[in-house]
Formats: sequence, structure tokens, C-alpha cells
Amino acid sequence: MSDWLTATFTQQRPQALAALTRYFRDIDVAEDAFAEACLKALKVWPQAGAPRDPLAWLLTTARNAGLDTLRKSQRHHAILARHSAEFQTMTEATPDPDELRDDVLRLLFICCHPELERRDQIAIALRIVAGLSVAEIARGFLIKPKAMEQRITRAKKKIGSGSVAFETPSPQERGARLGEVSLMVYLMFNEGWSASGGETQIKLTVCEEAIRLARLLANLFPAMGEQVALLSLLLFQHSRRDARMDANGRLVALDDQDRSQWDMSQIAEATALLQKAQRINHRGVYIIQAAIAAVHARARTAEDTDWSMIAAHYAALYALQPSPVVRLNQIAAQAKIEGPAYALAALEPLADELAQYRWFHAMRGGLLQDTGNHPAAITAFETALSLGPTAPERIAVEEKIALSKKESPDL
Amino acid sequence: MIYAITIYGEAGLFESLPKERQDEVMAGHGALQEALRKRGEFVSIKLMPPTSAVMLEPAPAADQPPLIVDGPYAETKESFLGFYAAEFDNLDDALAHAKMISSPVARLEVRPVAWAGGTISSE
Repeated sequence: MSDWLTATFTQQRPQALAALTRYFRDIDVAEDAFAEACLKALKVWPQAGAPRDPLAWLLTTARNAGLDTLRKSQRHHAILARHSAEFQTMTEATPDPDELRDDVLRLLFICCHPELERRDQIAIALRIVAGLSVAEIARGFLIKPKAMEQRITRAKKKIGSGSVAFETPSPQERGARLGEVSLMVYLMFNEGWSASGGETQIKLTVCEEAIRLARLLANLFPAMGEQVALLSLLLFQHSRRDARMDANGRLVALDDQDRSQWDMSQIAEATALLQKAQRINHRGVYIIQAAIAAVHARARTAEDTDWSMIAAHYAALYALQPSPVVRLNQIAAQAKIEGPAYALAALEPLADELAQYRWFHAMRGGLLQDTGNHPAAITAFETALSLGPTAPERIAVEEKIALSKKESPDL
Repeated sequence: MIYAITIYGEAGLFESLPKERQDEVMAGHGALQEALRKRGEFVSIKLMPPTSAVMLEPAPAADQPPLIVDGPYAETKESFLGFYAAEFDNLDDALAHAKMISSPVARLEVRPVAWAGGTISSE
């Protein structure tokens, strides 16, 4: 039985903690109150049956538990006195949906404290909002639990002293928060996705939590094309999780993946979400990336990929986000149409800016290899290896070096 | 009589369950589908998460088209997750089959269907 209850708590946690944080203006009190409400639910629900509206039940119970704690504690008398008006309005069991979405947004935004490093923002959001244990987060980041504990404690202190307004945000403020929070969720997914090596399964937890948060945002802000598109994008990426790693933990390039291993139901959902986002008629960085992912998902084989469409999407993305990495991807798509010589020439202007970017050198090596210039290819691959690739990336590049060496045995 | 077995629950709860619990739920569905397949025609529909939905609200005035709303807004209570429809001998027969997919994540409603038509193929 407790598995079902735990799943319910996990499901309600972001909304519940968000509302409780507004009530108590204190994340620690909110977390303790929620934990106590869950304990009580574990006792009451198996006998009385789960309530139809578990969030309302948990909120009422947590509110009372939190108030009890506050009344008993000297330290919190100040909070109680300061926000007495807020506590008066807490009698409503079911939270107002508009208020709840601002609450969730605020809680995530608190985690995006500007003085925190991005990875610490992600770690603290996983801890507070998603409710992962410190040990789980440490595994996701491939660091020792003790070190993660310290980072989270430090980060918590910083966000505790932050000054995020608890009033209803203005539309502009809401938009800015949504943008910042969405970027954090996007990077959370990438954190889980890109760094996953031999411990793929563990890192996927981080990806799944990012998807859960993206889903929550899309749920709370259904008319925001960019949030719907973000969820679509993450689902498209995640649909390839089983195909991107072979049985030995090696990365498999998109072109070489066994497409029958792609998760078709996830692709179907991602496609539906992309159509919905496009209907909202919004232009943004996530919708373009989702559209690119959709082109890949539609292609039955790598050869069927509509590269001119992908190159066009990257051109549109570059107009919104003129970064050399976006340009790099655009060139990679063009290489499929125009050939490696064209792409090598197009890469030249990026050489300085991307000198420290291992993907630049790996891609350049691949193109040189395609033109038959194996000595130069090997040099480029070796540069990529010197720029700190992950273990699976290293294996992939080393295999390419071996291939070039075989092609020109006198090297 | 055709009965619909309609499934209500909290969207996303199933996905939050550990793998073993998910497998238990799916085993129930597998058994029900197998039983229904042996009896003849049936449909089973799983709705995608509510985030993928778009709503059509009634037209605000007679000369206007219906309103397309990008909602639904977040529902904290249970929602419509999916349904089965098949020919059953009687209510007891339909209930006996519904029992096969009963689980803590789902509230089931068994209701006769007064009209049915059309065909759909999943392939």
C-alpha cells in the first residue's frame, strides 16, 4: 500500500510545498509540515481510504501541523506575528488554481537564486521541489553524498536569505520567472542526459524529474507555447534513451541508433504537444528545438532524415539565439546536404570561438575523415580528447581515431 | 449490452510508481485485454496526459465559432484516464471484468453505452 501513497506524495509535493512556503514564508517549516502531513496520511488513508482531493487533504493537515510547530517555537513567533493576515486566509482547503500556479513558479524561482551556480540551483530544486534524497542527487551528479549534503546546505542558506516577493507577481514578473525556471528545467534535463556514462540508469532519474517539472509547468501554464514546447522537446529527447547507449555503455550516434528502440508513445505525446505549441503560434527557442527533434523522430531511417528542414530550423534558432554552438549544429545539418568539404569551410570562422569546445573538434575530425584527410582528422580527434570528454564520448572518439589509423597505416 | 469501463485517477500517479507496481497494474490490463479478445471485439483507449489536451468551449454567441482554449487548467483532483468498451452479458459480467483492472490508482465506472459506431485501427 505504501508504494501507492508514496507515489501520491511525490505527485503532490511541488504544489503542496509551494503553497506551504507561501503560508509560512519559510521553506524549512513548509518541508517539515509536509513531511508530517505525509506521515499522518500513511496512518489515516489505509483505513479511511485515500481522499478524492489528496492535495487539499495534505495541505489542510500540513497547515495545522506547521501552525502547531510555530506556536510551540519561540523562534517562529515572529513569523506568526508578521504574517497573521496570511494565516487568516488559510482556511480555504482547496487552493485557488491561479494562486497555486504562482506558488509553484515562486518556489522554483527561489531555487534559481542568482548567487547560486547553475548546478546548485538544479540540485536544490531536485531536493526541495522534487523531493529526491541527498544520496539520489549525489548519484545523479556523480559526487559523494557528503559533498552533496554540504552543497545543498550552503545553497539552502543562500536561498533562505533571498528576498523573493510573496505578492502575486505582475505579468512581466511572471513571464521573467517562467523564463528563468524553464531554463533551469531544460538544463536539469541536459545535466542528466549529457553526463550519463556507465551509470545511465541513475542519471535518467534526473531526466525524469526534469520531465516531471516541465509537465507541471505545462499543466499550470497551458496557454504558454514555450512551456508546452519545452515538455515536447524533453519527451522527444527522452524517447531515445534506450537507443543512445549500447549494451556496453557506449554512446550510439543518432544516425546509428536502432530506431525500433525509440519510445513511440513518448514520441506521439511529444508530437501532440508540439502541434499544440505551434497552434499557440509562439516563436521561441524550445519550440524550434522540439521541431528539430520531431524531424528526427519522423524519419524511419537515418537516411530518411529531412536535413534541409533541420538546417532551416537551426537557421531560425540562430536568429533567436546567435551562439556559435547553434551555428555548429546548423553546419552539421548542412554537411549532410552539401558534403564535408562545404562544412569544413563553414566551420573555419568558428575555430577561435569554439577552440575549447570538444564537440567542435570531434565534428571537425569526422568531416576531415569523410574527406579522406586522416592525419588532420586524428589531430582534431586528439584535441577533442584533451578537452575532458565523458567516458562514453572518449570511447566513441577513440574508435574514430582507430578507424583513421586503419585507413592510413603509415601514421 | 455494450458497457464502458471508464477509468478515473490522478494523471501521472501511475508513472510515479515503482516498476514492480506498474507491472502489477499492467498485468491486470493484459489479463482483461486477453479475456476481451477471446470474446470478440472491444476497444481500449488510454488518454495521453492532460497537458496535451486542447479544449473547445461553447461559442460565446450564435454567430461565432466555438472558443478553442489551450487549457485545461491544472486539475488537482482525479481526471479521466481512459476506457474500455465491449459487449457484456449483463452488469455482473461487466463488473467481473472491471475487477481485473481495479487498483489503488484507479476509480472505475461501469456504465452501459447507448450508442456506438465507427471503427478504428491502432496500426
